[in-house]
Amino acid sequence: MGPLDLLALSPPGWGATLLAGLWNSLLIAVGAFSMGLVLGGLGAWGKIHGGPITRDLLAMYTTVVRAVPELILILILYFGVTDLVNQILVAFGHERIQISGVLAGIAVLGVVQGAYATEVLRGALLAVPPGQVEAAKAMGMPPLLMAQRVIFPAMLGLAMPGLANLWLIATKDTALLAVVGFGELTFATRQAASSTKAFFTFFLAAGVIYLIITLLSGWAFARIEAWARRGEPRNAGG
Amino acid sequence: MRGAEMRDWLQPHRIFLGLLGLVIVLWCATQMRWDWLPKYAPLMAEGIWRTIWLLVLSVFFGMLLAIPLGLAQAAGPWYLATPARVFCTVIRGTPLLLQIWLLYYGLGSLFPQYPWIRESDLWPILRQAWPYALLALTLSYAGYEGEVMRGAFKSVPRGQLEAARAMGMPRHKILSRIWLPQAFRAVLPTLGGETVLQMKATPLVATITVVEIYAVASRVRQDTFIIYEPLLLLALVYLCLAGAIVFLFRQIEARGPQVRRPG
Repeated sequence: MGPLDLLALSPPGWGATLLAGLWNSLLIAVGAFSMGLVLGGLGAWGKIHGGPITRDLLAMYTTVVRAVPELILILILYFGVTDLVNQILVAFGHERIQISGVLAGIAVLGVVQGAYATEVLRGALLAVPPGQVEAAKAMGMPPLLMAQRVIFPAMLGLAMPGLANLWLIATKDTALLAVVGFGELTFATRQAASSTKAFFTFFLAAGVIYLIITLLSGWAFARIEAWARRGEPRNAGG
Repeated sequence: MRGAEMRDWLQPHRIFLGLLGLVIVLWCATQMRWDWLPKYAPLMAEGIWRTIWLLVLSVFFGMLLAIPLGLAQAAGPWYLATPARVFCTVIRGTPLLLQIWLLYYGLGSLFPQYPWIRESDLWPILRQAWPYALLALTLSYAGYEGEVMRGAFKSVPRGQLEAARAMGMPRHKILSRIWLPQAFRAVLPTLGGETVLQMKATPLVATITVVEIYAVASRVRQDTFIIYEPLLLLALVYLCLAGAIVFLFRQIEARGPQVRRPG
């Protein structure tokens, strides 16, 4: 069979398997990125406005997660979280459950993303000009309205490059789940490659798919950043 | 300075957190199972050594590749700049795990088809896994650092290069005396972080049968069915390695003259 037959969508070809893997990868990447944003937002808030204990705990969280390889965190959280959930279920008299790969993947990568997002969002939050916040307070704006109208719009442009990077890390980190045997794109590729012995065909095809995701998201994030920075003066150097 | 630092650590909540941490460590040490440790200690030492060795070599060779890659993108003619940019984009746009598997399974299944490769003196080396692991890690580091070096070369003020050219300095001397040293200094803090990322990427080579520290821990798990203890020890080892890398780069940074940053 030629390379195109191997990649065909109908059964002798492995195209459908790869696309199913791609769908899982994207699902996990989107889920983990969103969870990372929520954790990162809370973390950034806690690091700037929290009490001393909150700040120390958050510093430990970001340091440890950013110093230990993702693969090991995935294994620790994967085994640990499954175990914990089951122990709680058993303690309350329920049956043990098998946590779905997608959920576990999102939870694990979300915790990793959260640590990086904390730093990105903290930097952006600190870079919002204090005068604007003070002005909003002086006008008697309630906190939520201030966040929505003053802080978020100012943060968005500043945080965008870092967030774009994080999204790319999220898509590439989904490949690590292949090591724990979860059927995302890299795992599906390896299955296809080892059953057909056409290693180059499949690994190159998967590489092209990842590359297309990267290039498309780079383009999309550049558009979002340009939109978020509309109305900012263009006097930046370099 | 020292006194202030000490006082920083002696705040009540820090003491409390420290004690809590100590209790957790003591609980781990006494309540968890560590009886496998003496048996596997030599293997783990070997694994740590192999991790460090892979990291150092891939960073060194990766940097050697990254300098021409960055230079080609920052100042090269289009026929050098375009391939360099494509290389960096492809490396940065695909997962490292995929690259490692492509090299190992792809090249590894291609080479044995050619008799002259099998009969060459290099075959005993090419049959092992570590050359592919080292190659993949090196190319990955080169791809990311090529991009970093591009920015670094561009950040050196034009006036300095123009002055050197006006003095009649030959081009390779401009590079070695003026351009490269300044670009390198500007990029040192970034390189420290990138090297930590590279260290975090090394366990991936365990998937192609290179026995570094992560592979040793996996073997302990498979042999003894003890799950958390080897993983916790592994996390500790990587934390120490990350700390060592950060410390090393701070030392290197502190040795040279300080870079003046605008603003």
